[in-house]
Formats: sequence, C-alpha cells, structure tokens
Amino acid sequence: MSTTEKVGGKVATYVDDRVGSNRFLGRSLKKVFPDHWSFMLGEIALYSFIVVLLSGVFLTLFYKPSMVEVVYDGSYVPLKGVMMSEAYASTLDISFDVRGGLLIRQMHHWAALLFIAAMAVHMFRVFFTGAFRKPREFNWIIGIALITLGLGAGFSGYSLPDDLLSGTGLQIARGIVQAIPIVGTWGAFLLFDGEFPGTEFISRLYGVHILLIPGLILALITVHLMMVWTQKHTQFPGPGRTNDNVVGYPLMPIYMAKAGGFFFVVFGVITLISGLVTINPIWIFGPYTPDQVSAGSQPDWYIGWLDGALRIFPNIETVLFGYTISWNIFIPAVILPGIVFTVAAFYPFIEAWATGDKRDHNLLDRPRNAPTRTALGVMAITFYFLLFIGGGNDVIAITFDLSINSIIWFLRIGVIVIPPIAFLVTRRICIGLQRKDREKLLHGYESGRILRLPHGEYIEVHEPLPSKERAVLESAIESYRAPLPAPQKVDANGVRNKRYRLDVLRAKLSHWYYADDIKPPTREEIEAGQAHVAHDAALEAPLHEYDEASTVMVPFHGGILHTEGEPMSNKQQLEERGGNL
Amino acid sequence: MKALAARRRNPIVATLLLFVALLGVGGVYAVATSAAPAEAVATADQTAIDEGKRLYLEGCSSCHGLNAQGTATGPTLIGVGAASVHFQVSTGRMPMAAPGAQAPVKPVDYSEADVAAMAAYIASLAPGPAIPTAEQLDYTDADIAEGGVLFRINCAQCHQAAGGGGALTQGKHAPSLMSSSAQEIYEAMLTGPQNMPVFADTTLPVEDKQAIIAYIKDLQEAESPGGIALGRIGPVAEGLFLWAGVIAVFIGIAVWIGIKAR
Amino acid sequence: MSEITTRDSGSLPDHGHGAPEGTNPDDLARPLYEGPGALPAADIPHRPRRSDIDPKAARRAERQVAALFVLAMLMFILFVVGYIAISPFTEVYVPVFGLIGAQNFVLGLTLGLGIFCIGAGAIQWAKKLMPDVEVVQERHPLRSTPHEDAEALDQYERGKEESGFGQYRIIRRTLIGAMALLPIPLIVLLRDLWSPKDGSFGPSPVELLSTTAWVEGMPVVTDGTYVKLRPEDIPVGGLVSALPENIMEIQEAEHNLNARGKAAIILVRMEPDEIRAQQGDGWDYQGILAYSKICTHVGCPIALYEHRTHHLLCPCHQSTFDLADAGNVVFGPAARRMPQLPIGVNEEGFLVAKAPFAEPVGPSFWERG
Repeated sequence: MSTTEKVGGKVATYVDDRVGSNRFLGRSLKKVFPDHWSFMLGEIALYSFIVVLLSGVFLTLFYKPSMVEVVYDGSYVPLKGVMMSEAYASTLDISFDVRGGLLIRQMHHWAALLFIAAMAVHMFRVFFTGAFRKPREFNWIIGIALITLGLGAGFSGYSLPDDLLSGTGLQIARGIVQAIPIVGTWGAFLLFDGEFPGTEFISRLYGVHILLIPGLILALITVHLMMVWTQKHTQFPGPGRTNDNVVGYPLMPIYMAKAGGFFFVVFGVITLISGLVTINPIWIFGPYTPDQVSAGSQPDWYIGWLDGALRIFPNIETVLFGYTISWNIFIPAVILPGIVFTVAAFYPFIEAWATGDKRDHNLLDRPRNAPTRTALGVMAITFYFLLFIGGGNDVIAITFDLSINSIIWFLRIGVIVIPPIAFLVTRRICIGLQRKDREKLLHGYESGRILRLPHGEYIEVHEPLPSKERAVLESAIESYRAPLPAPQKVDANGVRNKRYRLDVLRAKLSHWYYADDIKPPTREEIEAGQAHVAHDAALEAPLHEYDEASTVMVPFHGGILHTEGEPMSNKQQLEERGGNL
Repeated sequence: MKALAARRRNPIVATLLLFVALLGVGGVYAVATSAAPAEAVATADQTAIDEGKRLYLEGCSSCHGLNAQGTATGPTLIGVGAASVHFQVSTGRMPMAAPGAQAPVKPVDYSEADVAAMAAYIASLAPGPAIPTAEQLDYTDADIAEGGVLFRINCAQCHQAAGGGGALTQGKHAPSLMSSSAQEIYEAMLTGPQNMPVFADTTLPVEDKQAIIAYIKDLQEAESPGGIALGRIGPVAEGLFLWAGVIAVFIGIAVWIGIKAR
Repeated sequence: MSEITTRDSGSLPDHGHGAPEGTNPDDLARPLYEGPGALPAADIPHRPRRSDIDPKAARRAERQVAALFVLAMLMFILFVVGYIAISPFTEVYVPVFGLIGAQNFVLGLTLGLGIFCIGAGAIQWAKKLMPDVEVVQERHPLRSTPHEDAEALDQYERGKEESGFGQYRIIRRTLIGAMALLPIPLIVLLRDLWSPKDGSFGPSPVELLSTTAWVEGMPVVTDGTYVKLRPEDIPVGGLVSALPENIMEIQEAEHNLNARGKAAIILVRMEPDEIRAQQGDGWDYQGILAYSKICTHVGCPIALYEHRTHHLLCPCHQSTFDLADAGNVVFGPAARRMPQLPIGVNEEGFLVAKAPFAEPVGPSFWERG
C-alpha cells in the first residue's frame, strides 16, 4: 500500500467517523451503469455547464455590469474614443487587454451554446426511447425546467456585453414585455427602471445571470442526478437485460475513468474550439445605442425559433374598449413558448393516461416500437426547425439568393402543413420497420441465398437471428400497447359510468396512439418461427459441405451458380449425393 | 480576369486610367479642369462624349431610351452623373443581362476608357455627381473610429455591422462590402445605386465619407482575433457550426467511448 | 485500498457509527465493499480484448495512455510560454482559418489539447486496461413497503392530533390568512424597481411612452455629426438618420439614452408627386418626409430604406412600411403604421418639426388604445 493510499484511507476514516460516508461509498462505488453512447449526451450538458461556471467566474473578475457611458480607451483601435457603456468597454477589455480573456469569453459562450444544445439532444434521446415513463416523470419535468432556465441563462448572458446585437435583443425583449396585456406596460417600466434602455437593466440582468439562474440550474441538476442515482439508469433491450436489472460496468473504476475522462474531453474540445473559432465578435457590432441597428440581427440559436415565430406571425392587433392587444407579439413570443414548454413538461402524463399503463419502465423503447410518440417527436422537431429557419430568414435569403417575402410566406403555410406531414411519414416508417422486425422474429434473416429443391421448387434460405439481435427485436413485446377498449356507459352491475365522456376521450386518444401499431408475435410464435428457420438452415447445410468439397455449386445471391466445365444439372448433382437434401 | 478585377479595384489605378482616357481623347488641358478655359474643355470632352454616346446607344438605350430619358424597363439617366455610370458599369452591374430584382455584379465588358466615355456622355446631358477625385478618395488620414460610428448609423442597417451584406425586400439585397474599392463605396454613397438611398456630400460630407471608407477598409483587412471568423454574420453561423460541427464531434466521441476495445 | 474497504478496528479509539461497546467485532471488520456486488451475466456474449490476451498489447496500451498524459504536461508548459511570449495583437496566417489572432489561437490550442489529452488518456485506460466484462445488478422497487406506508400515515396522524391542527379552527384559519397576506409586502417591495426621482413619481408610463423630445419648432440635426439640415441638403432619393437638436443636452441631463431611443427619426426625400398619402396634410416639406425610426412592432430602429420602392424594412422581423403611402404596413408582423413627424423650415431655413408626433412611437402597449 502506498503512502498516498494510507493518507487517503485515514482521511476516509476521519470523514466517515463524522458523516458515515463509507456506507454510501461502499454501495456507490460498485453501482452499475449501462453503457451506450447516447447515455453520454446528458453528460455533455453537465460538463459544459461546469465549463460555463468556471469560465464565468473568470469573467466576473473583469466585467463591469454598468450602463454608465464612458469613452473607450483600450487597445482596439477602430473603437478608440467612442462613447459606450462600461459594460461594453469592459467586455472589450476582456477581449483585447486581458491575456487569455478572449479565450475564456469564447469558451463561456461556446460552452453555453453547447450546454443548451446538449440538453436538447439529451432530451431527444430521453423522449424517443420513452425514458421519461414511470418512474422518471419528475426527472423529465426537471429536465424541461433546466432547458427553460438554460434559455434564460443564455439570453441574459447574450445581453450583458451591451453591444449593438445584444442591445437590439433587449429592445425586442422590452417590446415583448410591453405587449403582454394589462400588466405589460408597468412590467416593462419596472424591469427597466423606466424607459428603454435606461441605466439599470444590465446590472439587474447581471444578478439574474450570475446568481439566480445558475443557482437554480445547479440545484435542479443536483436533484436530477440524485434521481438518476436512486432510480438507476434505464437501459436498452439486449441479451440478459430485463426490466428488473441493470447490465453494465461498475462506477469504480470504469465510469470513474470514462465519465471523468469525458469531462476533460468536453472541457478540452470546448477550449480548442474557443481557440480556433470566433464567437460573438462584439467589437465588430459596436456599442449599443437605441437608434442604430445592424442587418442580420439574430438571437443565439436557442432563441432563434421564437424570433422566427415573431417574424412569420401575421400582423394582428386589436383595440378593445380603448386597450390594445398585440396578438402579433403576444401569441408568438409569450403564448407559444408557454404552450410548448407546458405540453412538453406534461407529456409523460398525457401518454401514460392514453396508455393506462402504470408499470415501471426501466427498459427503453426502440423508437419504432412507439410509432406515434416517435412521430410526435419528429413533428415537434420539424416545427421547431421551421421556426428556426424563420429566425434566420434574412441570412438564408442572401445565402441562397431568395426573397425574404417568399420565405416568410412559405413558412407561414409550412409551419401548419409540414409538421403533420412529418408526423404521418415518420409513423409510416416506424410501422414499416415494425413489420420488418415481426418478419425477422417469425422467419429469421433473409440470407439472400436461393435454393432449388430436387422437385424444382425454389426457396430462399432464412437464417436464425443471432441471440443479441433477437433479444433486441423481442423487446417489441415489452413495448407493445393495445389501445384501450371503448368505455361502457353502464357497467355490468348497472352502475352508470360517471366519467363516461372522459373515458371516451381517453379511448379515442389511446386508439389514435396505438391502433396502427403492429402487434409483435408472442414468444411461442417466435420460438416456433426460429425453430423453423433453423430447420431451413439445416436443409442448406449439405450444400455447403458439397460446395467446400469440390466447388461444384456455389450459392450466391439469387440463384445457384454453375461452375465452368460442369455438365450435370443441379438435380443430377444432388442425386449423385444420395438424392436427398 | 482576377488580375483585371484587382487592378480595377485599386482607386489610384482607376483614376489614372480615367485621366489617361481623357488625355487620349481631349489633350493635356483636361487635367487642369478648373483652370482650363471652358471652350477648350468643351472641345476636349466632345470626342469622349461622342464615343460615349455611341457606346450608350449600343449597350444601354434599349432600356434607358435613346435619349436616356428612361423607359418602362429602365429609369432615366438624365442627371445621374458620371459617378453613377462609373459605379454601375465598372462593377458589371450595367448593362443588366436579364431583368431581375436587382442588377448583380458580373464581369465587365468595357474598358476603363469606354466607361469614362459613357460617363462623360451621361454627364453632358445634365449636371450630376462627378467621379470622385483621388484627393476625395484619400482616406489615409481619416478617423477610423469616427467612421465606425457613422457606418453603424448610416450603413450597417442594410450592409450589416461587419459589411457582409443583408437582405432587402422581394429578393433584393444590400451587397457585401468586403471586396469593394474606395471608389465604389464613395460612388455608391454619392449616387444611391439601385435601391440604395443617396448620401449626398451635404448630409455626409467628404471627410465623413472618407472615415466610413477607412472603417470599411479596416474591416476588409482586419485579422480575426478569436480564430476563424464564420463570416462574421453572428449567431446563425455560430448555431450552424455548433450543430453541424461541435455536436457531431461530441456524438462521435461518445460513440468512441461506448465502443468496446478490440 | 483496504483502508477504505475494511475498517481496522484496532486503530479506532471510537468505533464510529455510535456503535455501543460490546458490538460484535466481526460486524466492524466486515468489508463494506463486498466483491463486485454484481455478477457477470452468463448470457451476455463477451470476447477478450487483445490487451487481455497479449501482454505486449497491454504494455502498448499502457505506453499509449502515459504518452497522452505526457503530451498534456507538454501542452500546459507551452500554454505558459505562449501566454508570456505572444502579444495580444500578433497576427498569424493559418491555412483555412485565414488571418487570425495568434494569442487566442496558441492559448486555445495548447490548453485545449492538454485538457483533451487528460480525458483521452483516462478513457483509453478504461477501454484497454480496465475489466470490460459487463455485470448485472438487480433493481429494487422504489416504492415503500406497506409497513413503511402505514408508519408514515401513523406519524402524520399523531402530529395532527398532538398539534391540534384539526381541532383549533380559529388558529388554522388565521394561519392561512397570515400566509396568504405574506406575499403582498414582498410584491409591494418591487414597486420601486422603477424608482422615484427627487421623491416624486413623475409622469406615468403612458405619458412617457406618448411623448418624445420633438416639439414645435425643434430643429432637425443629423445623427452622429449633429449638424442642422436645410431642405436643399437632402437630394431626392436621399436618406438621413436624424435627431432633435437638443438631444445631447437631454442625454447629459438625464444620463441615459432614453430620449434618443424615442426621438430617432429618418428623413427621406422623394419627388412630391410620388407621395401617395401622408398622415397629415402638408406634413412633408417639398417631398422631404420625416418618419420615426423606431419600429412599431417591437422597437428595432429601422433605416433600411429602398429609395425606388419607398419601402422601409425592419432588419429584425421584416416588417415593411411604405413611406410613400403614409408609412402604412405592407408586409410583416407589424400591425401599426410608422408614425410621421410633420416638418417644415424655420426663418433661418433649417428643417424643424412643425409639431410633436401625433401618436406614440415604438411598440404598442396595453393602454395605447
């Protein structure tokens, strides 16, 4: 035992005497996690958040959250002598007069963009595999809250440098707040300490950005991870994997090394990108003044969809009893995100209600085995993507030489028409894949080899599935849901069903969800099918032997090939071997 | 073509060529325009004007009319000035190959002398903005920072803060300024080509124009302190890079971690 | 690692865990880490790696990992060298990247590669040299046992009983009342987010949103250079971003840019016969029109004026206004026309506002009507 270990052991004992930590360690170090690349997407988000925190602390040492106007006297020549807020001047100083400051600023920004993108990708994984199902509904809601907070963190950070782009973003945010009926005007005045731009907003936002939001995110991440810990990670179907076990590697040492190493990899790649690729060159955009604007003013990607919604929404505004309601702003910028995040948060409950399924699910669905869910996910992504295109329509217009007016009209119609099409197509594809899986389970692999039997019949040789693939395909049985039966108005005992109408709705929803799914074969059918396939394969086996012995016949795709100089027919050849196959 | 384009963008060369053309057709008096007797100038210019008219009738009159009075397909050129002609023709925007939302930049069919002749012809129809002199185009002493402020007030709304260009209505666009010469920038401000408004010397004096040119030139030549610039168009390019590049790299790494070693 | 996994009771004067004297020493000596705690699954296929069978391959993997860690050390040293040696404005030409800042490039490259190598080394170590046999661990139901359920309910009932929460109705109601009122002072506290100046609350939001620095006779000056304008300064097809003459004074007095954010206008000039409509009779001056620069949608400053179509396009959300037609909306999400400022000339021949804006500039708000 080395000296370090001795010291470490003493420390562990010392701590354990006071908090009983060894009990936890003993249980935890052997904790098993399943291995799959898609389970690391959440880790990317976690690690990039840590990078955001670390780089953010560095930035706070130099950044001044003040809107006081100063004359710039730093080393960036094209802005020398220009009036600007202290916030912008200090951000320029970080970029040009603090060595490595630009690197850290870029790391902060890239890591922030990555944080939200990784959360989104992680969410896709969780959604499409049904990992949000019981018992993990709370963690899904926490995840949605984290994404929402991530947007808030991102937008508040984007606004702090007080450059022309971020100031324009704040102007838009102010316009949105003002469009909220009844409370909007006062809300905006309170937030901004009066009119736009005022002198207080940046410092207020600063507090929110460096304390409130990160604090909440940190708290929620802690709960999120504790829940993963308690509930144990879900796993994909495979050999030996059931709903009641976890198959994988222990935390110590495998995941200590893999996850720990992955942290450094994420950290390192973010640093590399920040050294190689510019992000948010605020010195180009110039200081913010409320009477200047740049073409191509866009928010960061995660707000882009809301900006897109704002761009394509028709110009509807009504005046009722002397009060103005700006539907053209209120709906796309307030109602739409409200609906999107609420529906997303409650989705697990909606699906559970339609299913009537109260079991725990620790084994993940393959996306094809939940066609409606998968299709809904693709529909949502399509909707998001179209709005995102709207958010960058001017850049798209000049890049592809299109008219912004045509793009907007395309999107106005497209956001209504295209997502349902995406839904239908995805569902069809999933159902098609389900059919194929069913075939495979019943009849094995199509080997592509055609065999002619002595009496002239051609058959295609099928092969039994390898055990791993069979275990994966058999998970369809676990995933399959039959639609709920239509409810009865009066039950067998003549008692009236008080919730009849609700039950009708539920049955309809359930029907819509599951009616088109392909019912997988039962385990008995699979067993019989695979046995049959094994028999088929046995039929072909002598051919292979013959094949190897004298290369008279070589099986190939679609038929039987005669080798050169061989006068006998297939039949003769076979007869020669004893007449039986 | 590239060499020609590079030479064309150089303001000094362009101006010199203009002078050479004037010398060639009108004689030495043309150089000292203000001092020269009016009659001599008139004679000197007349040859250029005639040549310009010939070129005009060949290449431009089908849209702009036989007397430059304008038709349904092209606006009147009376009073647009020599600067306008030089800008439109020497960047290849005119003559237009086909009607469209906006005249695109394309290879130039005319020599500098031809352009100068056409400019002289149009200028002879009615007074208009003249081609800027070398002195006007000299931005070496201009204040870049002041130019930046004026650029953001007057130009960035269409041409984007980094001069990368931006979209206008119905398929029109404000072009990128990243390869524009000082003369092109000056002439564009002076004449308001296509849908660009006019920034006359009265509202944007010569020294302000020089400052703006100095700032744009600085943008063209500036290094990118933070690494590859992604077109300097901001969040859209960054978001694209993030999803197509960074996320893809991380998924690749995650797959690598997940694969069993052999 | 036995210090962690087993407790050497001899070295412990206190047994910890509050274990009473006389506890079976076997309990204390029991290893807290009991083997793998999970079993390799029999039916999971496993194939040994090259490094499992071939000692040479194992040594190669060992060297690989160590090399990555050495590379990391090297990079960190290079980082420090770069930090000291490269000045912030040194440029370097890197193919593909173009002309870029040398300092950021070198610092990012060295630090990033160094950190990456630590991670890559650790992962490679795990993949090549640590056991790669998958093990199985059972899950346990998360829900409490009926016994635990019952106990929780009992404890709740006991607490309810002992506190008398169900019994003292008046206490219960007053407590609820007090809790209901608690948020009110907290919300009231937020009132001064928009703080009173000089002890008075001043004009209401509606008044502030409805007024600008433009008053009758206020001369127009250019933005950026602050020069007064004469009508003949602006050619047909011209565009000028402009402000009221006293804008800088206001800014200095108020120490903010609020006035600028509302008063910014653009002046455009077209042939008088091109003007199809205006917001008031004779609000132009010889074809010169003044419109607010602040978009009526969400407030971006707009100056994308196309002088042939007379369209004004917002770069933020593409609302398009027709300045030849009273600033009406022709496309996009904005619902209101651009407010027009009536202009004329004063005795000295300078352009001035003939009157303040007739309607609030900028985005709509609830009380606007």
